[in-house]
Amino acid sequence: MDKVFISGNHCIAEAAIRAGCRCYFGYPITPQNELGEYMAAHMRRAGGVFLQSESETAAINMVIGAASVGTRVMTSSSSPGVSLKQEGLSFLAGFEFPAVIVNMMRGGPGLGNIAPAQGDYFQSTRGGGHGDYRTPVLAPASVQELADLTVKAFALADAYRTPVMLVGDGMMGQMKEPVTFPEPIDPETLPAKPWALKGRGDGPSRYQASLILDGLEMERHNWKLVRKYKVLAEQETMYESYMMDDAEFVVVAYGTTARIAKGAIKRARKDGLKVGLIRPITLFPFPDKVLRELARSIRHFLVFEMSTGQMVEDVRLALENCGVEINFHGRPGGVIPTPVEFSRVIHRYYRRM
Amino acid sequence: MELLNKWPKYYKKDVISHYCPGCGHGIVHRLVAEVLEELDLGRKAYLVCPAGCAVLAYHYFDFDVIESAHGRGTAIATGAKRARPELFVISYQGDGDLSAIGTAETIHSANRGENICVIFINNAVYGMTGGQMAPTSVIGQSTMTSPEGRNPEVDGYPLHITDVVASFPGVAYAERTSVATPAGIRKTRKAIRQAFETQVEGLGYSIVEVLSPCPTNWKMDPVTACRWVEEEMVKEYKPGVLTDKREEKRKEKG
Amino acid sequence: MIVKTLCAGSGGQGVLTLGNVLGNAAMLQGFHATYLPAYGAAMRGGTANCTITIADEEIASPVASAPDIVVALNQPSAFAFINRLVSGGKLIYNSSIVEEVPERHDVEAFAVPANDLAVELGNARSANMIMLGAFAKLAGVPSREAVFSSLKLLMGRKKAVFEAGCRAVDKGMEYLS
Repeated sequence: MDKVFISGNHCIAEAAIRAGCRCYFGYPITPQNELGEYMAAHMRRAGGVFLQSESETAAINMVIGAASVGTRVMTSSSSPGVSLKQEGLSFLAGFEFPAVIVNMMRGGPGLGNIAPAQGDYFQSTRGGGHGDYRTPVLAPASVQELADLTVKAFALADAYRTPVMLVGDGMMGQMKEPVTFPEPIDPETLPAKPWALKGRGDGPSRYQASLILDGLEMERHNWKLVRKYKVLAEQETMYESYMMDDAEFVVVAYGTTARIAKGAIKRARKDGLKVGLIRPITLFPFPDKVLRELARSIRHFLVFEMSTGQMVEDVRLALENCGVEINFHGRPGGVIPTPVEFSRVIHRYYRRM
Repeated sequence: MELLNKWPKYYKKDVISHYCPGCGHGIVHRLVAEVLEELDLGRKAYLVCPAGCAVLAYHYFDFDVIESAHGRGTAIATGAKRARPELFVISYQGDGDLSAIGTAETIHSANRGENICVIFINNAVYGMTGGQMAPTSVIGQSTMTSPEGRNPEVDGYPLHITDVVASFPGVAYAERTSVATPAGIRKTRKAIRQAFETQVEGLGYSIVEVLSPCPTNWKMDPVTACRWVEEEMVKEYKPGVLTDKREEKRKEKG
Repeated sequence: MIVKTLCAGSGGQGVLTLGNVLGNAAMLQGFHATYLPAYGAAMRGGTANCTITIADEEIASPVASAPDIVVALNQPSAFAFINRLVSGGKLIYNSSIVEEVPERHDVEAFAVPANDLAVELGNARSANMIMLGAFAKLAGVPSREAVFSSLKLLMGRKKAVFEAGCRAVDKGMEYLS
């Protein structure tokens, strides 16, 4: 297929429809409105459902309804709206229903602003809602990757019976880049979901409940979820290595920040600094293994984020007792840092090596 | 000799009820199961049960059931019905669920005219959490959180949410009944049938509000509780058909 | 090669269309390309701007803190963005309505009377495409063919619009040759 020059928000919507998503429920919030608008224009044509809900809370519960009957379903929002969706996310995790939730993060807390930010890292990777669960979190850094990871998100959601989050920001959503879309998937050809409620027909009746009154049963359910997350960590962790072959200094950054970090690393390389980048593509599961392996030979790690320091905690956990130096430079939402700024920070810490 | 009152096909056998003696839920459960059988809808039924006393409804219903978070029943029902219109979708909710925390979902699913049925159990109190004041508690009603009786100056007035949604163009059928007397139970059965047929015909949203006794939280014996429904509750919530737009909906559909 | 361009003007001047046609053209010519509109609370008659990056390698940041080229379609844009230009950068401005260009000795400024040229062509609304033509001439990318293919892709369904666009692009290219 030919390349299309398309914005991130439109790209996610198109990729979702191609991935066999046939229900979209959402509520307008900047900076991701174009996603819902694209769905409104194209979903019905694909024979699917687009519905603008009365609230984020309603949207995520509509997602639960559509997921419960076996349909590939998506909702999207931005930070304040995603906070409202946390109730439903917890239920989706408890029910073990597959669904894809997009968060085009914005500055916060509160209404904050609509500029790019990465302040929802904790909320995304720690479960976000109540209870002991996690959601896989995918963090694309280009519009092409938005397409690829949207498709991947639906596959992961179905395979592991879990809600999956796709996180970006306003810049990822508004930016246009060339994209090659994957071939469309006919939802009819997807593997059957025997657990889905489709009416009992001639078989036995079934129910889906997240209330588990028996203590031991509740514990068993939670351990089952933990085992699932372990398999996810073993099988599905993704990251990109950039200019790591001879690196003596590692930058860790994801999403938009990783793009800017690449620019900074290019500059630093021109100055002869042996710097490379590890870009987590899955934020949960976090690519801790690769960081630990690198820590055998590399002593210096620098984390860039558009927050005051969230992913850096995962880097610290990954490198606990490795005896390496971990530094952090963050700009909270509102101002997009520049490659020049990042390269200055790289120089500063590099000199101290 | 023929057994006239058979065990409903879609009601599980040999399950001990968790509902309190004199509670109206068991009666309405049975009516739902009976009408599903009567209309041959049990095979494709999908019922959303609420957070509240009926949270365990799947212990009794022998068709597909999903549980919802508090108040979200009609949002889940909307998602399921839109995704699979061939399903027969019911949202079973209590007064706190439907008219307090789920007000937005109730109003908007009704306003969209979702082709779903809502069974609304109004017992004027929060049951599962132990008898707190509900939006539907009547004036003067003593509850755990209105110990001196509901005082409109502080607590507001009883909310007539079914009357509100009945005024919406998307709502094809709305009726209020009670299950405190045998006649009321028969009327409730008929109302549920009307509501179910509304969905089968694809005419849109239907709702049956059932005034239902809660002896435990009203701190009454079952007989007194039934009498209280018939003597006090009906004064605030008058039983009857609140709207029936099915004929015009049929015409709209052609 | 990497060229970062900031296009700015007032809402309704077709700044974002200019950027989109440019980005598509770069893609069709086989370059890496990014297009980033300034987004925010939209206001009729407010300012609009977008950043287009064209490169023959992976583009890191799509943001241009110091663009190589600024295309200014109105006076406020010329004032606002000339200071952002990289030293040695180029400003192309719509001299039909930009009356004053702030002085900066380390950049080159190119006047293109886009509104007047557009009127000459009989299509006052094509000033943005005239600026695009001027840009392509000056930057050397994208090629005339790529710009035409981009116009065809985006406006091909309306033959008259497409042809008017091509004429305007040529007009802009000629003006700076």
